[in-house]
Amino acid sequence: MSGKSGETKRANWRNVRTAGMAFSLVAAMGALSYAAVPLYEIFCQVTGFGGTTQRVDTASDRVVDRAITVRFDANAPGVPWDFRPAAPVTVRLGESAIVNYTAKNLIDQPSSGQASFNVTPEMAGAYFNKIDCFCFTEQTLQPGEKVDMGITFYVDPDILEVPELADLQTITLSYTMFPLDRDSDAVASAERTDNVTTRSIARETTGD
Amino acid sequence: MSTVAAHDAHHDHKPSFFKRWFFSTNHKDIGILYLFFALISGFIAVALSIFMRMELQEPGIQIFDGLASIIYGFTGEAAIDGGKQMYNVFVTMHAVLMMFLVVIPALFGGFGNYMMPIMIGAPDMAFPRMNNISFWLLPVALILGLIGMFMPGNAGGYGPGQGWTVYPPLSTSAAPGPAMDFVILSLHLSGASSILGSINFITTIFNMRAPGMTMHKMPLFAWSLLVTAFLLLLSLPVLAGAITMLLTDRNFGTAFFAPEYGGDPILFQHLFWFFGHPEVYILILPAFGIVSHVISTFSRKPIFGYLGMAYAMVAIGAVGFIVWAHHMYTTGISLNTQRYFVFATMVIAVPTGIKIFSWIATMWGGSIRFTTPMLWSIGFVFLFTVGGVTGVQLANAGLDRAYHDTYYVVAHFHYVLSLGAVFGIFAGWYYWWPKITGTMYNEIYGKLHFWIMFIGVNVTFFPQHFLGLAGMPRRYIDYPDAYAGWNFVSSIGSYISVAAMVVFAIGAIEALMKKRPASANPWGEGATTLEWQLSSPPPFHQWEELPRVR
Repeated sequence: MSGKSGETKRANWRNVRTAGMAFSLVAAMGALSYAAVPLYEIFCQVTGFGGTTQRVDTASDRVVDRAITVRFDANAPGVPWDFRPAAPVTVRLGESAIVNYTAKNLIDQPSSGQASFNVTPEMAGAYFNKIDCFCFTEQTLQPGEKVDMGITFYVDPDILEVPELADLQTITLSYTMFPLDRDSDAVASAERTDNVTTRSIARETTGD
Repeated sequence: MSTVAAHDAHHDHKPSFFKRWFFSTNHKDIGILYLFFALISGFIAVALSIFMRMELQEPGIQIFDGLASIIYGFTGEAAIDGGKQMYNVFVTMHAVLMMFLVVIPALFGGFGNYMMPIMIGAPDMAFPRMNNISFWLLPVALILGLIGMFMPGNAGGYGPGQGWTVYPPLSTSAAPGPAMDFVILSLHLSGASSILGSINFITTIFNMRAPGMTMHKMPLFAWSLLVTAFLLLLSLPVLAGAITMLLTDRNFGTAFFAPEYGGDPILFQHLFWFFGHPEVYILILPAFGIVSHVISTFSRKPIFGYLGMAYAMVAIGAVGFIVWAHHMYTTGISLNTQRYFVFATMVIAVPTGIKIFSWIATMWGGSIRFTTPMLWSIGFVFLFTVGGVTGVQLANAGLDRAYHDTYYVVAHFHYVLSLGAVFGIFAGWYYWWPKITGTMYNEIYGKLHFWIMFIGVNVTFFPQHFLGLAGMPRRYIDYPDAYAGWNFVSSIGSYISVAAMVVFAIGAIEALMKKRPASANPWGEGATTLEWQLSSPPPFHQWEELPRVR
């Protein structure tokens, strides 16, 4: 009898061990789904996936005699601003250009926004380098204030080495200005601003 | 000792009704509960789809404005808007119910629980109490989902109307009401149920096979359940993670999928389809297992290429995890990424082809009997192949530009699921009916059920290919007059299918009332798996003396 119960115990232990391994698989996959959030962000930053533009510190060290037109687009669905894009510019590959968006606060209170962005075609994101951009920081406009918001960028000459992009004539850079206060609730918006500040670095290089 | 002996003497006594069905730890009783539950949610889900077909029978809005005013009390213009939302809710709930609360409970929970331990020579599942909780999570999930249909959803409407894919922002900022939260919690519960069930199945299959039952002698149905269990184990936690992020985005101020705070809605689609694609194999693999047994039995031949069949399922399961973005060709992924996903998706046609050809080779030269389960299985092979061919077309990123979100996709996935997985369920239903109930069903009703259903579903879904090719988008309550003809035909087909469901119910009731006793093995020498060595129905506790497998 005792031998049999020992056997049952061993069988039970084996079952619990198998179930434990199966359960750790579940836990690992659950953890991976959350790990996917930062990993996907890094993936987009590194590869320019989904039209994520690149951030650089210095201008290009070479300029190629091949012109490309960059068009600009502006959206401000939730911000009480008159937000307008810069006029299209034609630059040589590797040549730095400075353009200005304009924004005017239409209400009688200060209001803040931050822009998210991407480029079309999305594959060009990896070759669109920004040296400076208003989207790197939060923007606050006083009542009625109108400002120019600058972007310094160049298109990496390496773009010619990508078969799908070698013949590209036009890149469109689009900005969408989002309000910093998500809720009217004061407490919620205070937390929200916190959140945004800590996130803003990540946001610079994340596509829409 | 004496008490043990006395207990052994009536070892086959059953607990009282309440104890037997509500606190059940017996794998056969739980299997029956699962099947019963799948029947109930199946009838609800079919009813939802019939309302949709009634609405789409003619252009314009006929049914849902009236339904919205009856059920939600809307009047005038609000009834039209409420009706549109209600149509979307029916689309969503039809899919959610069919997948999570009909097909998985019937094939995996029902037939899996009942037959798998018997087939591998085990006395019960490894964790009988966990089996009980796996089942009882499902009714709660069903109730939560149904309550969600009556909760405020979007502005000016009730219920979750975002489709079963619950993409943000449709499921976040566009649906402020609590309906979506109910659906998320319902999905959580049904997911937890399936995960617990999977752990149980895996443990049972790995540790409790009878002496001599090596992995490579295990029946194909058990193999299909093993692969399915691993797919569930690996994919459901990702869905759970994704919808938890949705839940916190909706209620607790996180911004996983909100672009204005650095989130990315496309990330949700990646997470969702990482679960969603294995999910479709979860639905179909157990049906593969059942069909293999039925075809082998009624051809009186062992299954052709047993090992190939087993490992084809393993391959389908493995490759199923690396093809998810073929649902996302139009989200702007790069050409090279699309090329990879086109290629990987088409690779799945290889193991699937191995299975189709092995079934045909099993029948080749066999002594075939066209009994009801055999009809369902041959119907399965034929219709699944049709759905597979349209699947290969949809796998092409180029063609998908035109097909994406049209009725062509609807026709495709109904051919593999409604006509594939569901035919698999009915094949198992008639094949194992004598074993589970101990009575013989009436072949005439069974065959009538098959033929009416076969005609009905084909008339319903085949014209949807034409509608899709003509560009009719899915998930809309209305359509231009140009699409009227085939929509009318499709609706007629759905009514024919309802007639088949009536025959199905009559056949089942008739068999239970007439009580024609079934022998241990009513199918003759072709039926070689272990369940046919037991009486019909099997004893309450089986294999007290473990069977030896040669």
